[in-house]
Amino acid sequence: MTKQQTIKIAKSDEKIFDAVVNILAALVLIAVLYPLLFIVSASFSDPALVLSGEVLLLPKQVTLEAYKNVFENGQIWNGYKNTIVYTVVGTAINLIMTTLAAYPLSRPDLPGRGVVMFFITLTMFFSGGLIPSYLLVKSLGMVDTMWALIIPGAIATYNLIVMRTYFQSSIPWEIQEAAHMDGCSNWKLLTHIILPLSKPILAVMVLFYAVGHWNSYFNALIYIRSKDMYPLQLVLREVLMVSQADAVDSNVGLESKVLLAESVKYVVIIISSLPVLVMYPFVQKHFVKGVMIGSLKG
Amino acid sequence: MKSTASTAGAASRSKPGRSGLLKAMASRYDLYLMLLIPVVWYLVFHYGPLYGLQIAFKNFSPARGILGSKWVGLDHFERFVESYYFWRLLWNTVSINLFSLLFAFPIPILLALLINEIRSKAFSKIVQNVTYIPHFVSVVVMVGMLMLFLSPRGGPVNAIIQAFGAEPVRFLDSAAWFKTIFIGSNIWQNMGWQSIIYIAALSGVNPQLYEAAKMDGASRLRRIWHVSLPGILPVIVILLILDVGHFMNVGFEKILLMQNNLNLESSDVISTFVYTTGILKGEYSYTAAIGLFNSVVNLALLILVNRFARKKAETSLW
Repeated sequence: MTKQQTIKIAKSDEKIFDAVVNILAALVLIAVLYPLLFIVSASFSDPALVLSGEVLLLPKQVTLEAYKNVFENGQIWNGYKNTIVYTVVGTAINLIMTTLAAYPLSRPDLPGRGVVMFFITLTMFFSGGLIPSYLLVKSLGMVDTMWALIIPGAIATYNLIVMRTYFQSSIPWEIQEAAHMDGCSNWKLLTHIILPLSKPILAVMVLFYAVGHWNSYFNALIYIRSKDMYPLQLVLREVLMVSQADAVDSNVGLESKVLLAESVKYVVIIISSLPVLVMYPFVQKHFVKGVMIGSLKG
Repeated sequence: MKSTASTAGAASRSKPGRSGLLKAMASRYDLYLMLLIPVVWYLVFHYGPLYGLQIAFKNFSPARGILGSKWVGLDHFERFVESYYFWRLLWNTVSINLFSLLFAFPIPILLALLINEIRSKAFSKIVQNVTYIPHFVSVVVMVGMLMLFLSPRGGPVNAIIQAFGAEPVRFLDSAAWFKTIFIGSNIWQNMGWQSIIYIAALSGVNPQLYEAAKMDGASRLRRIWHVSLPGILPVIVILLILDVGHFMNVGFEKILLMQNNLNLESSDVISTFVYTTGILKGEYSYTAAIGLFNSVVNLALLILVNRFARKKAETSLW
């Protein structure tokens, strides 16, 4: 074989390889997107056609009946409202607490920070478990208040480490030293210099924490007793898991009631995921950044 | 505050003596003040439950409190190990996680390698961004989607099965399908998100290594095998150790939602048992003991794997 032939073979091999790569990637894309598209289509389709398995990709006999029903459902709106409150208050507290811990621990000139860091990291690998935590929250009188959803999770240790790493690696120590020279106190340093320089990581933290609050159900399941305090995810759990024909308008016949209840499920999936998914394209690169800071230097 | 300034710089460089240390601490009192609330929070909410863990060795009664309850030694542990469901719980917990490590762990690595090989920048960005999306779907919605998709009435999966003339399968009510569905849907939901780390690591591999391999006549596959994979091996090892670190706990919230009486045989894991028996039935001491058993096994595994990784792969968490 001459050299030219070898190069030719290598070139066609490359082409085949590229083709295989692209086909595989396309298959992955379809596998991820199909379920999402199906949910959207099903939510707009006539429930009878969905239930008979005729809707596979595109909506058939478009109707907004199910949406109308969901929008008239007070329970879902109440859950929405609760979740917004829990998310906003919770994220604010998360942010304050995480910053208060991350900043001092990022300072190389703080005696004892190694010890504190050790005891904080340790909690990632060992915990008292569900029952002692539950009894603790109960004995603090937080059961059936929104604080049970916010205070016990005020700091996520992983996020704390991410934020500390950012302070250490992305803000030049010389700036802090210079500020000290000028007689700047640590509080002022934090609020006037560090935080304005930390907008990217603050954005990441807001997103991590807010999505966490928005999507969480388990804490509410064990700590919230009153139905009117249910966050959206618990309302969803009832609609999705417990088949609920009563949740729907009562002046339609039983058969269509069952049908409608089915398509309501598709709608609630969409409206509960919508805020996160709409936000997503705008914040996607921040998320990625957060994961990378956390992984590569943590 | 002028004196703070001069010591702040000096202390970071030279090791201070005893009085120097106190001085360094005193001059940074405001940093300790900042730390105060978070430290108290950690003591209460992370170390507090550790204190409460003693009820695993007691017969806890809410009326007597943690301190007032009577010690019973290892009774609860014995009762758990001797119970008829012990092996079932242990096997389900271990097998679900073992299969997850086996099947779900390598997928994000393969996906990252695949994305890394896509020539078109635009297409590779699309694949990346689209595969992250499911990560933001909540557990409740995820399980709701599974119910709709796998439903014997109108779910697309069964619609296709029926189109081939077969009987519809009641996937979610079957113990045989439980683990496959659980792990498969986890892969769908998390592969893109988890691949981010590997993609970042791949972008850090020295391009000269690829050039050199190309010169030596290595095919694309060989370059992946000899350059890409070794390049991200340290990241793989760290993530593997972290995964083992949660070995006994993975997916508890999702399992709880997917669980029903018909699939209980393969969906009953230690953490769901702790929830149903502890929180719902109020057997606090007994389930605290079971939870402790779970944590101890978990920690032992973590230490073991970390030690092994340090020896074999020269990468470890500590």
